Amino acid sequence: METRELTCIRCPIGCHITVELENGEVKSITGNSCPRGGEYAASEVTHPERIVTSLVTLTGGERPVVPVKTAGTVPKEKMMDVVRALGEVTVPAPVSIGDVIAEDIAGTNVPVIATANVSAR
Amino acid sequence: MAEIKKDLVIIGGGPAGLSAAVSAAGEGVKDLLIIERDVRLGGILNQCIHNGFGLHTFKEELTGPEYADRYIKMAEKEQIPYMLDTMVIDLSYDEASGEKIVTAMNKTEGLFTVRARAVILAMGCRERPRGALNIPGFRPSGIYSAGTAQYYTNMEGKLPGKRVVILGSGDIGLIMARRMTFEGAKVLCVAELQPYSGGLKRNIVQCLDDFGIPLLLSHTVVDIKGDRRVEGVTIAEVDENKKPIPGTEKYYECDTLLLSCGLIPENELTGKLGAKMNPVTGGAFVNESLETDIPGVYACGNVLHVHDLVDYVSGEATTAGKNAADHILGKTVSGDDGVIINVKPESGVRYSVPSVIRPAFMPDTLTVRFRVGNEYRDKNLTVSLDGVQLMKLPKRVMAPGEMEQIVLVKSKVYEIISGKDIREHELIIRVEDKE
Repeated sequence: METRELTCIRCPIGCHITVELENGEVKSITGNSCPRGGEYAASEVTHPERIVTSLVTLTGGERPVVPVKTAGTVPKEKMMDVVRALGEVTVPAPVSIGDVIAEDIAGTNVPVIATANVSAR
Repeated sequence: MAEIKKDLVIIGGGPAGLSAAVSAAGEGVKDLLIIERDVRLGGILNQCIHNGFGLHTFKEELTGPEYADRYIKMAEKEQIPYMLDTMVIDLSYDEASGEKIVTAMNKTEGLFTVRARAVILAMGCRERPRGALNIPGFRPSGIYSAGTAQYYTNMEGKLPGKRVVILGSGDIGLIMARRMTFEGAKVLCVAELQPYSGGLKRNIVQCLDDFGIPLLLSHTVVDIKGDRRVEGVTIAEVDENKKPIPGTEKYYECDTLLLSCGLIPENELTGKLGAKMNPVTGGAFVNESLETDIPGVYACGNVLHVHDLVDYVSGEATTAGKNAADHILGKTVSGDDGVIINVKPESGVRYSVPSVIRPAFMPDTLTVRFRVGNEYRDKNLTVSLDGVQLMKLPKRVMAPGEMEQIVLVKSKVYEIISGKDIREHELIIRVEDKE
């Protein structure tokens, strides 16, 4: 039996939730005060996912970097892989919001898009 | 010195200024001008590249620049004129004409004045600097406010340091803990003087817990070591009086100290104007129309009181824009009968916006925003008017980091105040124990 302690982020109450797992399967969820907290805890302990926001290098732009985000969530344990892969990406200016910067980042099958407009220098 | 006339001048082109301008233009004010000191519109949102903005306004999670772009597009659609790279240096009130005199300067126009029928203050806030924190120790380089580090990292593409300690658990500090980790820095810990965090729960989970960065509550920096560059800081636990407890000191070797210890509304201009200020918020005192005690001068966003969500800034600024438009277009619905309700925050409630309500000018429902001064669990929030209880709201949790609000219904207010022969009424908001 494995026990995991979480803080719920679905609302400002921030319930302290305890999840008991056996062989990766949720056995019990306690401490949440609503069903949304239960859902959050179950997904958070089995397959936590995050949107990753970071920067990529920009050439010929009014700024040296442009902010980007993953177009969908990626597995939490892949976050640093995504960020490291983005560290290798360089794009030319100009860039507009929504421009696809990478089709499939770090083997996640999730594209990365620009989140700011940066004009050419 | 050149002088121009405008119906409405909006000082600041960040989220508050943009929303206010779009709202006023939508109400029919066409002779308006946004004055922005940066080289682009959008304000602080431009460097807030993380997501989580717009959940209330657009029902989706946007990053800061994307949220700003939505409002910039609306402003462009309304063809709202704006001046960039332009600094407002003085603001005064000409009582005889009722005009507000905005003195500004930039590289192309030099020094110039704008005479405006109404002004919306939307200058935002700035971070509490080291000088206001009384941290002992040397003064080497490597000490940044979290927002400055955010600017260097996200706008200039320069990482301020590699081994980082963060003092204060404000949201920008938490966001920077994750940001600098992503950029390859090692964030050792976040120390918070208070026994609770000043930031949003979701930021503690997603910016600290996700990366195993410890949050040390009731801890502070008691020494900074380093001659030219920060070499390390000493952190100690504090007692209930915020005094460091001897023997709890721990030394952290680091090259960077970020400060995220609160935000201060940027009100130098408001002070020059002579508007009455609220010492608790650092912003102006405003009435139900978000108007200061100088007629035709409105305030909204972080210059009025520091918000936790930009969505609330946009909402408040939209109201300020509408009210300024009503003032300019003479659309104010009813005359001033001189009756006022003073809003009194008591027992755990630190302040309220607005702080005075003229019932004759109330919309059908009026949102009153406030913050509490401590972390409270299982309490009642009570609202009473002239001793009559209007609301008793059970609250699971209230915390200083999260803004609270109540909605007053005009008809209910009149049920209590009408027929009384008094001109000053009293609305009290309190945190109370459950019976």
